[in-house]
Amino acid sequence: MSNQVATLQKWRDRILAGWEAIVGRRWLLPVLLGIGFVLSFLIPHFRLINPYIQLVVMYVGINIILATSLNLVNGYMGEFSVGHAGFMAVGAYVSVLLTMRVIPNNLAAWLFPLAILGGGVAAALVGLVVAVPSFRTRGDYLAIVTLAFNMIVKSIIENIDAIGGPRGIPGIPKLTTMPWVFVCTIVAVWAMRNLVYSNFGRGILSLREDEIASDLMSVNTRQVKLLGFMVSSFFAGVAGALFAHLLQFISPKVFDILKSTDILIMVYLGGIGSIAGSILGATIFTILLEVLRPLGYFRFVLMPLLLIFLMLYRPRGIMGLREFRWFIPGYELFASKIWREKREVSDAPAS
Amino acid sequence: MDYFLQQALNALQLGSIYALIALGYTMVYGILTMINFAHGDLFMVGAFFCFLIATFLKLPFVPTLLLSMFGVALLGVAIERVAYRPLRQAPRVSAVITALGVGILLESVMLVIFPYPQSVPRLLSNVAWTVGGVTISLLQIIIICLSLGLMLLLDFIVRRTMVGVAMRAISWDKAIVPLMGVPLNLIISITFAIGTSLGAAAGVMYSQAFPVIDPYMGVLIGWKAFISAVVGGIGNIRGAMIGGFILGTVEIMVVAFFPSTYRDFVAFTLLLVLLIFRPYGILGQPRPQKV
Repeated sequence: MSNQVATLQKWRDRILAGWEAIVGRRWLLPVLLGIGFVLSFLIPHFRLINPYIQLVVMYVGINIILATSLNLVNGYMGEFSVGHAGFMAVGAYVSVLLTMRVIPNNLAAWLFPLAILGGGVAAALVGLVVAVPSFRTRGDYLAIVTLAFNMIVKSIIENIDAIGGPRGIPGIPKLTTMPWVFVCTIVAVWAMRNLVYSNFGRGILSLREDEIASDLMSVNTRQVKLLGFMVSSFFAGVAGALFAHLLQFISPKVFDILKSTDILIMVYLGGIGSIAGSILGATIFTILLEVLRPLGYFRFVLMPLLLIFLMLYRPRGIMGLREFRWFIPGYELFASKIWREKREVSDAPAS
Repeated sequence: MDYFLQQALNALQLGSIYALIALGYTMVYGILTMINFAHGDLFMVGAFFCFLIATFLKLPFVPTLLLSMFGVALLGVAIERVAYRPLRQAPRVSAVITALGVGILLESVMLVIFPYPQSVPRLLSNVAWTVGGVTISLLQIIIICLSLGLMLLLDFIVRRTMVGVAMRAISWDKAIVPLMGVPLNLIISITFAIGTSLGAAAGVMYSQAFPVIDPYMGVLIGWKAFISAVVGGIGNIRGAMIGGFILGTVEIMVVAFFPSTYRDFVAFTLLLVLLIFRPYGILGQPRPQKV
């Protein structure tokens, strides 16, 4: 019996050591990202996978940006924002107006990053509308502010005839390509990770735990809230810009409260306060919806059932408040090795 | 003037429906401090029960109303038992997300059963009277009177009966009150039954006033009712009634005097402005944070 345990332990140690040997290389992540970047050019060019799967992969990327940016507010800051699609709508409309009305047609493909940036900045500025009330209200009341914000954005767009009103804008050039989605997703995840693990990010976390205490510890709560909301809405705007140029048609109806609910589900499925969780949640949600497409309407029954059971048996979501170790900057990658060495020392005879 | 009075009547009708739904939100919030996002969809289920009973059993209005209220109350209690009770000790947000999931589940199940919008048979005669230039239909009178009656009944239950005392006690302190011999689970079930049956009553009346129903009808109306609960001060029953009537009046008056597409915009902007000046609603009491 003890022999078996020893063998098992030996095997586990070997696997762990192998894993560390792979993951512990500092060059590994940049190389993987580089390969991904090159692949994102090669796949559409040589049609390595069929276009439908390419489309799904791009949606996964956009949803990852949305989920991580919402997680910053809902997971790390501890607020309950339910109007994320509103920011997405602002980003989408501003970027579409930029590419279709401002930037000349022949340059649109080259200046697309400017349009993305413009959409993001516009969304970030609009994020102030939600950030300022958050100084005084919290919790459920702030949830209402975000909800109302979503509806107001939708309503304003419906009432401006120059941008299509309720009919929306058809015929948007398809500028969102695999490399753009890839780069934006990586930048969003990277920025979010570095933000959360920075000093400033600690301030965001402290707001979630106790606002008064963090105020007393000289965290500038207003500044933290303001910037937190603005960063979150910036990336929502970026995702909106990508989304609009992928779908090639936007209307206010696309960005209604149901879209916000979808993003919420991704975040809570993956787990709050975890960027890796948001990535997982967005991926699982998007792929599952596509895989279950043959089921027709039944897939809409299956998704909420999955969510309910997940909440009942794992109330914090798949990765709630945890993170992959290799994901955390500066974290000791060889923690398990140290632990193993310690165990060997303590197991050794005392002589 | 006549036009204004006519619109005021419409506002009263819409406001009473909002108020009835808002009561369900506010009761559940008061007792569990949880936003029951599935409530708007229970309102939708109430409308569909009305459609089913009126189409297949061909019952008159009052039995239809009572049966749908009873059915939805059962559903509400079952949802609380299966989905919310296991999460009472969990982080608050997971209960809210579960509620969101239950709401989507109800929508999807209804979408599978009824993929197309259905039209509800009229259960009331189309009689209307004209009093001094204002047209009042039987339906409007019934909606307004029935809603007011239900609200008075609820107010009586909450303020004058033992069950109501228990409800208020539980919303005051959930940890101590069960030690005094108050059956916590039973009272919570009763709260859900009352709240959801009020939502179902609103659904039946709404489906009589606007007879085309679809599985997503509860989403926007549910959110708006929630907003009226917040305007009144969530957790406060009289506040929910006031909030419902305020939102109904604002919406109808905007449609009456401005282009109708401004409806949501004005209503929600008013809400934002109100929340900036009174962050806890009209009747809500700010709870000071203790350190």
